[in-house]
Amino acid sequence: MALLQRVAEQGRRVVRFTLDGRPVEALEGDTIMTAMLTNGERLRRTEFADTPRAGFCMMGACQDCWVRTEDGERLRACGTFIADGMRLLSGGEWTS
Amino acid sequence: MNEILPPVIVGAGPAGIRAAERLVAAGLRPVVVDEAARWGGQIYRQPPDGGFTRPKAALYGFEAGKADAVHRAMAAIRDRVDYRPRTLVWNCEAGALDLLSDGASETLPFSQLILATGATDRVLPFPGWTLPGVFTLGGSQVALKFQGCAVGRRVAFLGTGPLLYLVAYQYLKAGVEVAGVFDTTPFVAQARATAGMLRDPATLAKGLLFVGWLRAHGVPIHNGVRPVRAEGAERVEALAWRDASGQERRSPCDAVAFGLGLRSETQLADLAGCRFRFDEADRAWLPERDGAGRSSVPGVYLAGDGSGIAGADAAELAGERAALALLEDRGLPVEAARVKELDGRLARIAAFRRVLNAAFPFPTDWADAIADDTMICRCEGITAGAVREVARSGQAREMNRAKALTRAGMGRCQGRMCSATTAELLSRTLGTGPDGVGRLRAQPPIKPLPVSAGAERREVA
Repeated sequence: MALLQRVAEQGRRVVRFTLDGRPVEALEGDTIMTAMLTNGERLRRTEFADTPRAGFCMMGACQDCWVRTEDGERLRACGTFIADGMRLLSGGEWTS
Repeated sequence: MNEILPPVIVGAGPAGIRAAERLVAAGLRPVVVDEAARWGGQIYRQPPDGGFTRPKAALYGFEAGKADAVHRAMAAIRDRVDYRPRTLVWNCEAGALDLLSDGASETLPFSQLILATGATDRVLPFPGWTLPGVFTLGGSQVALKFQGCAVGRRVAFLGTGPLLYLVAYQYLKAGVEVAGVFDTTPFVAQARATAGMLRDPATLAKGLLFVGWLRAHGVPIHNGVRPVRAEGAERVEALAWRDASGQERRSPCDAVAFGLGLRSETQLADLAGCRFRFDEADRAWLPERDGAGRSSVPGVYLAGDGSGIAGADAAELAGERAALALLEDRGLPVEAARVKELDGRLARIAAFRRVLNAAFPFPTDWADAIADDTMICRCEGITAGAVREVARSGQAREMNRAKALTRAGMGRCQGRMCSATTAELLSRTLGTGPDGVGRLRAQPPIKPLPVSAGAERREVA
Protein backbone atom coordinates (compact mmCIF):
# COMPACT_ATOMS: atom_id res chain seq x y z
CA MET A 1 0.00 0.00 0.00
CA ALA A 2 1.17 3.51 -0.71
CA LEU A 3 2.85 5.54 2.01
CA LEU A 4 2.18 8.99 0.54
CA GLN A 5 -1.39 10.00 -0.34
CA ARG A 6 -2.21 12.36 -3.19
CA VAL A 7 -4.60 15.08 -2.01
CA ALA A 8 -4.21 17.66 -4.82
CA GLU A 9 -2.60 18.39 -8.20
CA GLN A 10 -3.71 15.14 -9.81
CA GLY A 11 -4.31 16.53 -13.29
CA ARG A 12 -0.69 16.23 -14.40
CA ARG A 13 0.69 14.10 -17.24
CA VAL A 14 1.28 10.45 -16.38
CA VAL A 15 4.90 9.26 -16.22
CA ARG A 16 5.66 5.53 -16.53
CA PHE A 17 8.56 3.88 -14.72
CA THR A 18 9.35 0.57 -13.07
CA LEU A 19 9.65 -0.14 -9.36
CA ASP A 20 11.51 -3.36 -8.58
CA GLY A 21 10.69 -4.46 -12.12
CA ARG A 22 6.97 -3.74 -11.83
CA PRO A 23 5.52 -1.18 -14.29
CA VAL A 24 3.92 1.69 -12.34
CA GLU A 25 2.76 5.26 -12.87
CA ALA A 26 3.58 8.63 -11.39
CA LEU A 27 2.84 12.21 -12.43
CA GLU A 28 5.06 14.75 -14.11
CA GLY A 29 6.67 16.94 -11.45
CA ASP A 30 6.78 14.13 -8.90
CA THR A 31 10.06 13.64 -7.13
CA ILE A 32 11.39 10.10 -7.20
CA MET A 33 10.35 9.98 -3.55
CA THR A 34 6.73 10.83 -4.37
CA ALA A 35 6.72 8.48 -7.35
CA MET A 36 8.03 5.55 -5.28
CA LEU A 37 6.03 6.20 -2.11
CA THR A 38 2.71 6.60 -3.91
CA ASN A 39 3.38 3.12 -5.32
CA GLY A 40 4.98 1.50 -2.28
CA GLU A 41 6.01 1.81 1.33
CA ARG A 42 9.75 2.32 1.24
CA LEU A 43 12.67 3.74 -0.75
CA ARG A 44 15.31 1.27 0.34
CA ARG A 45 16.45 -1.05 3.08
CA THR A 46 19.39 0.03 5.24
CA GLU A 47 22.79 -1.51 4.81
CA PHE A 48 23.26 -1.90 8.58
CA ALA A 49 20.08 -3.41 9.95
CA ASP A 50 18.08 -4.38 6.85
CA THR A 51 15.26 -2.15 8.02
CA PRO A 52 13.04 -0.19 5.63
CA ARG A 53 13.50 3.56 5.09
CA ALA A 54 11.32 6.08 3.34
CA GLY A 55 13.21 9.35 3.74
CA PHE A 56 12.73 11.86 6.52
CA CYS A 57 13.41 15.56 5.86
CA MET A 58 12.32 15.89 2.19
CA MET A 59 14.63 18.88 1.75
CA GLY A 60 18.01 17.43 0.97
CA ALA A 61 19.47 17.54 4.48
CA CYS A 62 19.10 14.08 6.02
CA GLN A 63 20.43 11.99 3.10
CA ASP A 64 18.08 9.19 4.11
CA CYS A 65 16.45 8.89 0.69
CA TRP A 66 19.25 7.81 -1.64
CA VAL A 67 17.88 5.14 -3.97
CA ARG A 68 19.40 2.93 -6.62
CA THR A 69 18.48 2.37 -10.23
CA GLU A 70 18.76 -1.01 -11.94
CA ASP A 71 21.99 0.08 -13.62
CA GLY A 72 23.57 1.05 -10.33
CA GLU A 73 23.14 4.83 -10.41
CA ARG A 74 22.39 6.45 -7.04
CA LEU A 75 19.87 9.27 -6.82
CA ARG A 76 18.63 11.44 -3.96
CA ALA A 77 14.91 10.73 -4.16
CA CYS A 78 13.66 13.99 -2.62
CA GLY A 79 15.65 16.19 -4.98
CA THR A 80 15.42 14.32 -8.29
CA PHE A 81 12.34 14.31 -10.51
CA ILE A 82 10.86 11.13 -11.95
CA ALA A 83 11.23 10.59 -15.69
CA ASP A 84 9.68 8.18 -18.18
CA GLY A 85 11.45 4.87 -18.32
CA MET A 86 13.35 5.11 -15.03
CA ARG A 87 13.98 1.67 -13.50
CA LEU A 88 14.10 2.11 -9.72
CA LEU A 89 14.79 -0.35 -6.92
CA SER A 90 13.50 -0.33 -3.37
CA GLY A 91 13.92 -3.86 -2.21
CA GLY A 92 17.49 -5.00 -2.12
CA GLU A 93 20.23 -4.29 0.33
CA TRP A 94 21.47 -0.78 -0.23
CA THR A 95 25.22 -0.46 -0.27
CA SER A 96 27.33 2.61 -0.56
CA MET B 1 39.97 42.23 -1.55
CA ASN B 2 39.19 42.10 -5.25
CA GLU B 3 36.31 44.57 -5.59
CA ILE B 4 35.74 43.67 -9.22
CA LEU B 5 34.16 40.33 -8.39
CA PRO B 6 30.38 40.37 -8.20
CA PRO B 7 28.90 39.55 -4.77
CA VAL B 8 27.82 35.94 -4.32
CA ILE B 9 24.64 34.95 -2.46
CA VAL B 10 24.09 31.35 -1.36
CA GLY B 11 20.40 30.53 -1.00
CA ALA B 12 17.32 31.83 -2.83
CA GLY B 13 14.86 31.92 0.04
CA PRO B 14 13.44 35.14 1.56
CA ALA B 15 16.86 36.29 2.83
CA GLY B 16 18.79 35.56 -0.35
CA ILE B 17 16.17 37.12 -2.63
CA ARG B 18 15.87 40.35 -0.63
CA ALA B 19 19.66 40.59 -0.51
CA ALA B 20 19.87 40.15 -4.28
CA GLU B 21 17.14 42.72 -4.84
CA ARG B 22 19.03 45.34 -2.83
CA LEU B 23 22.34 44.63 -4.61
CA VAL B 24 20.67 44.89 -8.02
CA ALA B 25 19.11 48.20 -6.98
CA ALA B 26 22.64 49.44 -6.29
CA GLY B 27 23.69 48.52 -9.82
CA LEU B 28 25.51 45.27 -9.04
CA ARG B 29 24.95 41.89 -10.70
CA PRO B 30 25.13 39.31 -7.90
CA VAL B 31 25.54 35.59 -8.41
CA VAL B 32 22.68 33.72 -6.69
CA VAL B 33 23.42 30.04 -6.09
CA ASP B 34 20.58 27.79 -4.93
CA GLU B 35 20.18 24.05 -4.55
CA ALA B 36 16.50 24.10 -5.55
CA ALA B 37 15.14 24.21 -9.08
CA ARG B 38 12.99 27.28 -8.37
CA TRP B 39 13.47 30.21 -6.00
CA GLY B 40 11.53 30.71 -2.75
CA GLY B 41 13.49 28.67 -0.22
CA GLN B 42 11.76 26.09 1.95
CA ILE B 43 9.11 28.35 3.49
CA TYR B 44 8.02 29.81 0.16
CA ARG B 45 8.98 26.77 -1.91
CA GLN B 46 7.28 26.77 -5.32
CA PRO B 47 5.79 23.67 -6.93
CA PRO B 48 7.83 22.18 -9.78
CA ASP B 49 7.29 23.35 -13.34
CA GLY B 50 4.67 21.46 -15.25
CA GLY B 51 1.01 20.99 -14.50
CA PHE B 52 0.71 22.23 -10.91
CA THR B 53 -2.32 24.51 -10.65
CA ARG B 54 -3.08 25.36 -7.01
CA PRO B 55 -3.12 29.13 -6.43
CA LYS B 56 -0.74 30.69 -3.92
CA ALA B 57 -3.58 31.20 -1.45
CA ALA B 58 -3.96 27.42 -1.30
CA LEU B 59 -0.22 26.79 -1.04
CA TYR B 60 0.79 29.42 1.50
CA GLY B 61 -2.43 30.33 3.32
CA PHE B 62 -2.09 33.52 5.36
CA GLU B 63 1.45 33.95 4.05
CA ALA B 64 0.38 33.92 0.39
CA GLY B 65 0.89 37.67 0.05
CA LYS B 66 4.41 37.49 1.45
CA ALA B 67 5.27 34.42 -0.63
CA ASP B 68 4.02 36.11 -3.77
CA ALA B 69 5.94 39.31 -3.02
CA VAL B 70 9.18 37.36 -2.51
CA HIS B 71 8.63 35.34 -5.69
CA ARG B 72 7.87 38.49 -7.68
CA ALA B 73 10.91 40.29 -6.28
CA MET B 74 13.15 37.59 -7.72
CA ALA B 75 11.25 37.43 -11.01
CA ALA B 76 11.68 41.19 -11.39
CA ILE B 77 15.49 41.00 -11.12
CA ARG B 78 15.88 37.65 -12.89
CA ASP B 79 17.77 39.10 -15.89
CA ARG B 80 20.00 41.23 -13.68
CA VAL B 81 21.38 38.40 -11.53
CA ASP B 82 23.58 35.45 -12.43
CA TYR B 83 21.10 32.88 -11.12
CA ARG B 84 22.38 29.33 -10.60
CA PRO B 85 19.51 27.01 -9.62
CA ARG B 86 20.01 23.25 -9.00
CA THR B 87 23.51 24.07 -7.80
CA LEU B 88 25.06 22.68 -4.64
CA VAL B 89 27.76 24.68 -2.86
CA TRP B 90 29.81 21.89 -1.34
CA ASN B 91 32.84 23.76 -0.08
CA CYS B 92 33.98 27.25 0.84
CA GLU B 93 37.56 28.22 1.46
CA ALA B 94 40.17 30.84 0.63
CA GLY B 95 37.81 33.17 -1.20
CA ALA B 96 36.21 30.55 -3.41
CA LEU B 97 33.16 28.31 -3.45
CA ASP B 98 33.10 24.84 -4.95
CA LEU B 99 29.90 24.27 -6.89
CA LEU B 100 28.28 21.20 -8.37
CA SER B 101 25.57 21.58 -10.98
CA ASP B 102 24.16 18.81 -13.19
CA GLY B 103 27.20 16.68 -12.44
CA ALA B 104 29.71 19.39 -13.35
CA SER B 105 32.05 21.02 -10.83
CA GLU B 106 33.10 24.63 -10.87
CA THR B 107 35.09 26.91 -8.60
CA LEU B 108 33.54 30.31 -8.05
CA PRO B 109 35.87 32.95 -6.56
CA PHE B 110 34.34 35.66 -4.38
CA SER B 111 35.38 38.74 -2.48
CA GLN B 112 32.01 39.29 -0.85
CA LEU B 113 29.65 36.47 0.11
CA ILE B 114 26.20 36.47 1.68
CA LEU B 115 25.27 33.14 3.24
CA ALA B 116 21.50 32.64 3.42
CA THR B 117 21.54 28.90 3.89
CA GLY B 118 18.32 28.44 5.88
CA ALA B 119 17.38 25.75 8.33
CA THR B 120 15.86 22.31 8.71
CA ASP B 121 13.91 20.68 11.50
CA ARG B 122 15.67 20.04 14.80
CA VAL B 123 15.00 16.49 15.96
CA LEU B 124 15.73 14.17 18.84
CA PRO B 125 15.29 10.41 18.46
CA PHE B 126 12.66 8.10 19.87
CA PRO B 127 12.16 4.37 19.24
CA GLY B 128 10.75 3.81 15.77
CA TRP B 129 11.70 7.24 14.41
CA THR B 130 13.33 5.67 11.33
CA LEU B 131 10.18 3.75 10.32
CA PRO B 132 8.61 4.65 6.97
CA GLY B 133 5.88 7.14 7.79
CA VAL B 134 7.86 9.23 10.28
CA PHE B 135 8.79 12.49 8.58
CA THR B 136 9.91 15.88 9.81
CA LEU B 137 7.29 18.62 10.18
CA GLY B 138 9.03 20.66 7.52
CA GLY B 139 9.17 17.64 5.24
CA SER B 140 5.49 16.94 5.78
CA GLN B 141 4.77 20.50 4.70
CA VAL B 142 7.03 20.16 1.66
CA ALA B 143 5.10 17.01 0.62
CA LEU B 144 1.86 18.95 0.74
CA LYS B 145 2.85 22.21 -0.91
CA PHE B 146 5.51 20.92 -3.34
CA GLN B 147 3.91 17.62 -4.32
CA GLY B 148 0.22 17.79 -3.39
CA CYS B 149 0.73 14.76 -1.13
CA ALA B 150 0.04 13.98 2.50
CA VAL B 151 2.53 11.79 4.38
CA GLY B 152 -0.33 9.49 5.43
CA ARG B 153 -4.07 9.05 5.68
CA ARG B 154 -4.14 9.61 9.43
CA VAL B 155 -1.27 11.72 10.67
CA ALA B 156 -0.04 12.39 14.22
CA PHE B 157 1.74 15.72 14.77
CA LEU B 158 4.45 15.50 17.41
CA GLY B 159 6.92 17.97 18.89
CA THR B 160 6.96 21.70 19.45
CA GLY B 161 7.30 24.98 17.59
CA PRO B 162 5.02 27.10 15.43
CA LEU B 163 5.23 24.56 12.60
CA LEU B 164 3.51 21.93 14.75
CA TYR B 165 0.15 23.67 14.71
CA LEU B 166 0.58 25.28 11.30
CA VAL B 167 1.23 22.01 9.45
CA ALA B 168 -1.49 20.15 11.39
CA TYR B 169 -3.91 22.90 10.35
CA GLN B 170 -2.74 22.74 6.72
CA TYR B 171 -3.23 18.97 6.65
CA LEU B 172 -6.71 19.25 8.10
CA LYS B 173 -7.59 21.91 5.52
CA ALA B 174 -6.32 19.57 2.78
CA GLY B 175 -8.79 16.93 3.94
CA VAL B 176 -6.34 14.69 5.78
CA GLU B 177 -7.34 13.09 9.07
CA VAL B 178 -5.25 14.46 11.95
CA ALA B 179 -4.82 11.81 14.66
CA GLY B 180 -3.86 14.45 17.17
CA VAL B 181 -1.40 17.18 18.07
CA PHE B 182 1.11 15.85 20.59
CA ASP B 183 2.82 18.94 21.96
CA THR B 184 5.88 18.42 24.17
CA THR B 185 5.28 21.76 25.91
CA PRO B 186 3.38 21.69 29.21
CA PHE B 187 0.07 23.51 29.02
CA VAL B 188 1.01 25.94 31.82
CA ALA B 189 4.17 27.11 30.04
CA GLN B 190 2.23 27.74 26.87
CA ALA B 191 -0.58 29.61 28.62
CA ARG B 192 1.95 31.82 30.38
CA ALA B 193 3.73 32.60 27.13
CA THR B 194 0.48 33.46 25.38
CA ALA B 195 0.27 36.69 27.36
CA GLY B 196 3.62 37.78 25.92
CA MET B 197 2.35 37.08 22.42
CA LEU B 198 0.11 40.13 22.68
CA ARG B 199 3.23 41.95 21.44
CA ASP B 200 2.38 40.53 18.04
CA PRO B 201 -1.40 40.20 17.87
CA ALA B 202 -1.39 38.95 14.26
CA THR B 203 0.80 35.97 15.09
CA LEU B 204 -1.19 35.26 18.23
CA ALA B 205 -4.43 35.42 16.26
CA LYS B 206 -3.11 32.96 13.68
CA GLY B 207 -1.97 30.58 16.40
CA LEU B 208 -5.32 30.75 18.14
CA LEU B 209 -7.09 30.22 14.83
CA PHE B 210 -5.05 27.07 14.10
CA VAL B 211 -5.77 25.68 17.55
CA GLY B 212 -9.45 26.65 17.36
CA TRP B 213 -9.87 25.13 13.92
CA LEU B 214 -8.22 21.88 15.00
CA ARG B 215 -10.38 21.66 18.13
CA ALA B 216 -13.54 22.52 16.20
CA HIS B 217 -12.82 19.55 13.93
CA GLY B 218 -12.44 17.21 16.85
CA VAL B 219 -8.65 16.95 16.73
CA PRO B 220 -7.32 16.12 20.20
CA ILE B 221 -4.53 18.42 21.38
CA HIS B 222 -2.32 17.02 24.13
CA ASN B 223 0.26 19.02 26.07
CA GLY B 224 3.29 17.85 28.02
CA VAL B 225 3.66 14.78 25.78
CA ARG B 226 6.73 12.58 25.43
CA PRO B 227 6.87 9.94 22.68
CA VAL B 228 7.28 6.31 23.74
CA ARG B 229 7.68 4.79 20.28
CA ALA B 230 6.39 4.76 16.73
CA GLU B 231 4.94 1.27 16.39
CA GLY B 232 5.00 -0.89 13.28
CA ALA B 233 7.16 -3.42 11.45
CA GLU B 234 7.44 -2.11 7.90
CA ARG B 235 5.67 1.22 8.42
CA VAL B 236 4.03 3.33 11.14
CA GLU B 237 0.89 1.79 12.63
CA ALA B 238 0.54 3.81 15.83
CA LEU B 239 2.20 6.38 18.06
CA ALA B 240 2.67 5.30 21.67
CA TRP B 241 3.12 8.30 23.96
CA ARG B 242 3.15 9.36 27.58
CA ASP B 243 0.76 12.06 28.71
CA ALA B 244 1.54 14.86 31.15
CA SER B 245 0.57 12.64 34.09
CA GLY B 246 3.03 9.96 32.94
CA GLN B 247 0.44 7.50 31.73
CA GLU B 248 1.24 5.59 28.53
CA ARG B 249 -1.32 5.91 25.76
CA ARG B 250 -1.57 4.83 22.14
CA SER B 251 -2.95 6.58 19.06
CA PRO B 252 -3.41 4.63 15.83
CA CYS B 253 -1.99 6.50 12.82
CA ASP B 254 -0.10 5.71 9.62
CA ALA B 255 2.29 8.67 9.78
CA VAL B 256 4.01 10.88 12.33
CA ALA B 257 5.08 14.43 11.47
CA PHE B 258 7.76 15.40 13.95
CA GLY B 259 9.99 18.35 14.85
CA LEU B 260 11.33 20.37 17.76
CA GLY B 261 11.80 23.76 16.18
CA LEU B 262 14.48 24.50 13.60
CA ARG B 263 18.24 24.07 13.32
CA SER B 264 20.46 26.42 11.31
CA GLU B 265 22.47 25.14 8.36
CA THR B 266 25.87 26.54 9.39
CA GLN B 267 28.33 24.33 7.48
CA LEU B 268 29.39 26.92 4.89
CA ALA B 269 29.89 29.65 7.51
CA ASP B 270 32.10 27.19 9.37
CA LEU B 271 34.17 26.37 6.26
CA ALA B 272 34.41 30.10 5.48
CA GLY B 273 36.20 30.47 8.82
CA CYS B 274 33.49 32.35 10.71
CA ARG B 275 33.82 32.48 14.49
CA PHE B 276 31.00 30.72 16.36
CA ARG B 277 29.31 31.36 19.71
CA PHE B 278 26.84 29.35 21.71
CA ASP B 279 23.33 30.76 21.46
CA GLU B 280 21.16 30.02 24.49
CA ALA B 281 17.87 30.68 22.70
CA ASP B 282 18.61 28.29 19.82
CA ARG B 283 20.59 25.96 22.12
CA ALA B 284 23.14 25.73 19.32
CA TRP B 285 26.50 27.04 18.15
CA LEU B 286 25.96 29.77 15.59
CA PRO B 287 28.27 31.90 13.47
CA GLU B 288 28.73 35.32 15.06
CA ARG B 289 27.07 38.18 13.25
CA ASP B 290 26.67 41.82 14.12
CA GLY B 291 23.33 43.60 13.78
CA ALA B 292 24.02 44.23 10.10
CA GLY B 293 24.88 40.62 9.29
CA ARG B 294 28.67 40.92 9.17
CA SER B 295 30.43 37.74 10.27
CA SER B 296 33.86 37.64 11.92
CA VAL B 297 35.39 37.15 8.44
CA PRO B 298 35.68 40.34 6.36
CA GLY B 299 33.55 40.03 3.25
CA VAL B 300 31.37 37.23 4.59
CA TYR B 301 27.82 38.19 5.59
CA LEU B 302 25.09 36.10 7.23
CA ALA B 303 21.33 36.45 6.84
CA GLY B 304 18.22 34.49 7.70
CA ASP B 305 17.66 31.28 9.61
CA GLY B 306 21.04 29.86 8.55
CA SER B 307 22.73 31.87 11.29
CA GLY B 308 20.04 31.85 13.97
CA ILE B 309 16.34 31.00 13.91
CA ALA B 310 14.16 34.09 13.54
CA GLY B 311 11.63 33.16 10.86
CA ALA B 312 10.81 34.21 7.33
CA ASP B 313 9.86 37.85 8.01
CA ALA B 314 13.14 38.45 9.78
CA ALA B 315 14.97 36.66 6.97
CA GLU B 316 13.64 39.12 4.40
CA LEU B 317 14.76 42.07 6.53
CA ALA B 318 18.12 40.50 7.42
CA GLY B 319 18.82 39.70 3.77
CA GLU B 320 18.35 43.31 2.77
CA ARG B 321 20.30 44.50 5.82
CA ALA B 322 23.27 42.27 4.96
CA ALA B 323 23.20 43.56 1.40
CA LEU B 324 23.35 47.14 2.70
CA ALA B 325 26.34 46.24 4.87
CA LEU B 326 28.01 44.67 1.85
CA LEU B 327 27.38 47.80 -0.21
CA GLU B 328 28.73 50.03 2.54
CA ASP B 329 31.88 47.89 2.79
CA ARG B 330 32.25 48.19 -0.98
CA GLY B 331 32.30 51.95 -0.58
CA LEU B 332 28.90 52.46 -2.14
CA PRO B 333 26.30 54.80 -0.67
CA VAL B 334 23.51 53.38 1.48
CA GLU B 335 20.40 55.10 2.71
CA ALA B 336 20.74 55.66 6.46
CA ALA B 337 16.98 55.89 7.01
CA ARG B 338 16.44 52.46 5.46
CA VAL B 339 19.19 50.97 7.62
CA LYS B 340 17.55 52.42 10.70
CA GLU B 341 14.14 51.11 9.74
CA LEU B 342 15.44 47.60 9.09
CA ASP B 343 17.36 47.58 12.38
CA GLY B 344 14.23 48.65 14.26
CA ARG B 345 12.05 46.00 12.68
CA LEU B 346 14.65 43.27 13.23
CA ALA B 347 14.91 44.26 16.90
CA ARG B 348 11.14 43.98 17.33
CA ILE B 349 11.11 40.52 15.75
CA ALA B 350 14.01 39.43 17.96
CA ALA B 351 12.04 40.50 21.03
CA PHE B 352 9.00 38.55 19.89
CA ARG B 353 11.18 35.56 19.11
CA ARG B 354 12.00 35.29 22.81
CA VAL B 355 8.28 35.01 23.52
CA LEU B 356 7.86 32.28 20.90
CA ASN B 357 10.78 30.37 22.39
CA ALA B 358 9.02 30.48 25.75
CA ALA B 359 5.81 29.20 24.18
CA PHE B 360 7.60 26.36 22.38
CA PRO B 361 10.58 25.48 24.57
CA PHE B 362 13.07 22.80 23.67
CA PRO B 363 12.34 19.73 25.87
CA THR B 364 15.58 19.68 27.85
CA ASP B 365 14.72 16.48 29.72
CA TRP B 366 14.12 14.43 26.55
CA ALA B 367 17.73 13.28 26.16
CA ASP B 368 17.80 11.68 29.61
CA ALA B 369 14.87 9.47 28.63
CA ILE B 370 16.52 8.12 25.46
CA ALA B 371 17.19 4.44 26.10
CA ASP B 372 20.73 3.18 25.45
CA ASP B 373 19.54 0.96 22.61
CA THR B 374 17.72 3.78 20.75
CA MET B 375 19.31 4.59 17.42
CA ILE B 376 20.41 8.23 17.36
CA CYS B 377 22.16 8.25 13.96
CA ARG B 378 19.96 7.42 11.00
CA CYS B 379 22.95 7.15 8.65
CA GLU B 380 25.01 4.56 10.45
CA GLY B 381 22.77 3.13 13.15
CA ILE B 382 24.74 4.45 16.15
CA THR B 383 22.95 4.07 19.50
CA ALA B 384 22.58 6.49 22.40
CA GLY B 385 24.45 3.99 24.56
CA ALA B 386 27.53 4.19 22.33
CA VAL B 387 27.72 7.96 22.78
CA ARG B 388 27.10 7.80 26.53
CA GLU B 389 29.80 5.14 26.85
CA VAL B 390 32.58 7.24 25.30
CA ALA B 391 31.58 10.12 27.58
CA ARG B 392 31.34 7.98 30.72
CA SER B 393 34.68 6.27 30.08
CA GLY B 394 36.39 9.64 29.71
CA GLN B 395 37.38 8.99 26.11
CA ALA B 396 35.35 11.89 24.68
CA ARG B 397 34.63 15.22 26.32
CA GLU B 398 33.49 17.01 23.17
CA MET B 399 31.62 16.40 19.91
CA ASN B 400 34.45 15.77 17.46
CA ARG B 401 36.16 13.18 19.66
CA ALA B 402 32.81 11.46 20.17
CA LYS B 403 32.33 11.48 16.41
CA ALA B 404 35.76 9.95 15.83
CA LEU B 405 35.09 7.19 18.33
CA THR B 406 31.44 6.39 17.61
CA ARG B 407 30.99 7.68 14.02
CA ALA B 408 27.93 9.68 15.17
CA GLY B 409 28.03 12.67 12.81
CA MET B 410 30.30 10.95 10.29
CA GLY B 411 27.54 9.55 8.07
CA ARG B 412 26.01 10.94 4.93
CA CYS B 413 24.05 13.70 6.71
CA GLN B 414 27.22 14.91 8.49
CA GLY B 415 25.45 15.27 11.79
CA ARG B 416 22.51 17.34 10.58
CA MET B 417 20.05 14.86 12.08
CA CYS B 418 22.05 13.64 15.11
CA SER B 419 24.25 16.49 16.33
CA ALA B 420 21.56 17.98 18.60
CA THR B 421 21.14 14.55 20.16
CA THR B 422 24.87 13.89 20.51
CA ALA B 423 25.36 17.27 22.16
CA GLU B 424 22.53 16.60 24.62
CA LEU B 425 23.74 13.08 25.44
CA LEU B 426 27.36 14.15 25.91
CA SER B 427 26.57 17.21 28.00
CA ARG B 428 24.04 15.38 30.20
CA THR B 429 26.42 12.46 30.74
CA LEU B 430 29.39 14.74 31.48
CA GLY B 431 27.33 17.12 33.60
CA THR B 432 28.25 20.20 31.56
CA GLY B 433 25.81 22.74 30.16
CA PRO B 434 24.67 22.32 26.54
CA ASP B 435 27.51 24.67 25.58
CA GLY B 436 30.15 22.54 27.25
CA VAL B 437 30.82 19.92 24.58
CA GLY B 438 31.74 22.04 21.57
CA ARG B 439 30.35 21.64 18.10
CA LEU B 440 30.93 19.40 15.10
CA ARG B 441 33.42 20.86 12.66
CA ALA B 442 32.04 21.04 9.12
CA GLN B 443 33.83 18.97 6.50
CA PRO B 444 33.74 19.37 2.73
CA PRO B 445 31.90 18.16 0.78
CA ILE B 446 29.04 19.31 3.01
CA LYS B 447 26.71 16.95 1.13
CA PRO B 448 27.48 13.70 -0.70
CA LEU B 449 28.88 14.12 -4.20
CA PRO B 450 28.83 11.59 -7.01
CA VAL B 451 32.26 10.01 -7.43
CA SER B 452 32.37 11.27 -11.02
CA ALA B 453 32.28 14.89 -9.79
CA GLY B 454 35.39 14.37 -7.70
CA ALA B 455 37.18 12.60 -10.54
CA GLU B 456 36.38 15.39 -12.95
CA ARG B 457 37.65 17.98 -10.52
CA ARG B 458 40.96 16.18 -10.10
CA GLU B 459 41.46 16.18 -13.85
CA VAL B 460 41.04 19.95 -14.01
CA ALA B 461 43.33 20.56 -11.04
